[in-house]
Amino acid sequence: MHDAPPLPPRAGLGLKAAHLRDALAGRADVGYFEVHAENCMVEGGPWPAALDRLGERHALSLHGVGLSLGGRRRPDRAHLRRLARVIARHRPRAYSEHLAWSGHGGRYHADLLPLCWDEPTLARVAAHVDETQQALGLRLLVENPATYLTVDGASLGEAQFIAELVARTGCALLLDVCNVQVSAVNHGRDALAYLQALPLAAVGEIHLAGYAVDRDAAGAPLLIDTHGAPVDAAVWRLYEWVIARTGPRPTLIERDRDVPPLAVLAAEAARAERILARARPALRQAA
Amino acid sequence: MNASGLAAFSRALRDPRAPCPRGLSAWNGSDVAPRLAVYRNNVLSALTDVLAQTYPVVRELVGAGFFAALAARFVRAHPPRSPVLARYGGRLPGFVAADAAAAALPYLADVARLEWARCKAWQAADAPLLPATTLARALADPRRLPRLRLRLQPSLALLRSGHAIAALWAAHQADDVAGALAAVDPAQPQNALVLRRADEVLVVALSDGAAAFVGALQQRQTLGAAARAGLAASAAFDLAASLALLLRLQALAAPTPAPERAPAPSPSPTPPAGSDRGPTR
Repeated sequence: MHDAPPLPPRAGLGLKAAHLRDALAGRADVGYFEVHAENCMVEGGPWPAALDRLGERHALSLHGVGLSLGGRRRPDRAHLRRLARVIARHRPRAYSEHLAWSGHGGRYHADLLPLCWDEPTLARVAAHVDETQQALGLRLLVENPATYLTVDGASLGEAQFIAELVARTGCALLLDVCNVQVSAVNHGRDALAYLQALPLAAVGEIHLAGYAVDRDAAGAPLLIDTHGAPVDAAVWRLYEWVIARTGPRPTLIERDRDVPPLAVLAAEAARAERILARARPALRQAA
Repeated sequence: MNASGLAAFSRALRDPRAPCPRGLSAWNGSDVAPRLAVYRNNVLSALTDVLAQTYPVVRELVGAGFFAALAARFVRAHPPRSPVLARYGGRLPGFVAADAAAAALPYLADVARLEWARCKAWQAADAPLLPATTLARALADPRRLPRLRLRLQPSLALLRSGHAIAALWAAHQADDVAGALAAVDPAQPQNALVLRRADEVLVVALSDGAAAFVGALQQRQTLGAAARAGLAASAAFDLAASLALLLRLQALAAPTPAPERAPAPSPSPTPPAGSDRGPTR
């Protein structure tokens, strides 16, 4: 994938099966579509064929949930081979995974689970990122997590952990601004201070999504990263702050639950697009 | 977290009665149990959603509440081993067959088998169709015909059931499900052929003769042997009609090892200028 051009610094949408027909008909003016890597790991059928057609007209990005970069074991070789096949067929412009663990002891947990921000974990995750980047021949984007509890024993802050991971492995950062807000509220910390501690120059893509509001045992707000609601106002504000510093970056509207019609998501993408356009140097607009 | 920490966390995810693992906390000192429950809910709802997508008719037959409870029991008994959830849930039919609470619907396990076959068919390998000219040439040579070996599409599956699974499934696709179900006798044995054609997965009821014929073809028997199997199963077996059905369903694949499946699309070097901007600008 070294030769693949990068994702365009535009707004993109997560591809949902319900929107496939509209997407193939070009009814959403977006810079790219993102697909879940594991959903592409099928032998054949309509889904990969549709992605072939979509890929002729749109940039694609690949978003994984199953590699378990934070797990005890090194990345599963069979899974890396499946990823390599998906990448060879669909030629995505980017491949991202999560800073989390999602399986243990041969079981897959189907969720993104929290890590301890300590040196042994950092060394382990860095080794797994290195191995993944080498096996696939690409620069991985690693996504900051949404977490609901603290794993005791941290010797680093979360942002510091990410900065160190980027420095050690040369990976890029998939900055999920919704996760920033969710984790800030869920851990009583300041979202802007967190963002300031991140290596923003390494941001290769941004995710925006909505969340649900719950309460913890003490009655404090507990935000749930549901991908089931429109992007929240607080997330838009943080996003504008980020784009003012990074310049335009590929920005995905993520929606996996209560998926509305494509036009509704396209309107959110258009809002991101306007923010990106304001940050675009004048000469790019003239071109 | 060390290995035992991850193991304890894993146990707590699967079992709501497992103790809350040590070494977890909340910034405000509150009880971590409700926070841990967010993860447990995520796991269960993600896997339940996968099962509900694969088994929509089973879910309609038992109702959403019963299905959620069934899925929860299944997920605990058979957690996924692979992150490729497109292939998760294949053991549900067997689980249903052994589940006491599901025993009130004796056809439920077989309907589940049918839906699992549909799920597999949807994602089965692609194979080129048997060209009509190839078949026409073979049919024109009566001496070679009995020795002909037809190749079925990789997505094709054949199910035999003591229940009317194809009719039950079809009734659940109707606008008026209750009305359509009223016309079905679930106790009627039925064979179902499952097959992907273009972008849809078909479910077709087969007579006993046709099912025996297709079953023999599945085992790569010759056309002659398959026809004898069809006749043995039913004196009413009609070879020409069965062949015509397979043709109409596009169930026949090109013979001989299919050419290497579509390699990665042409190593298109650089996208055309302006392609970044999307097609509609």
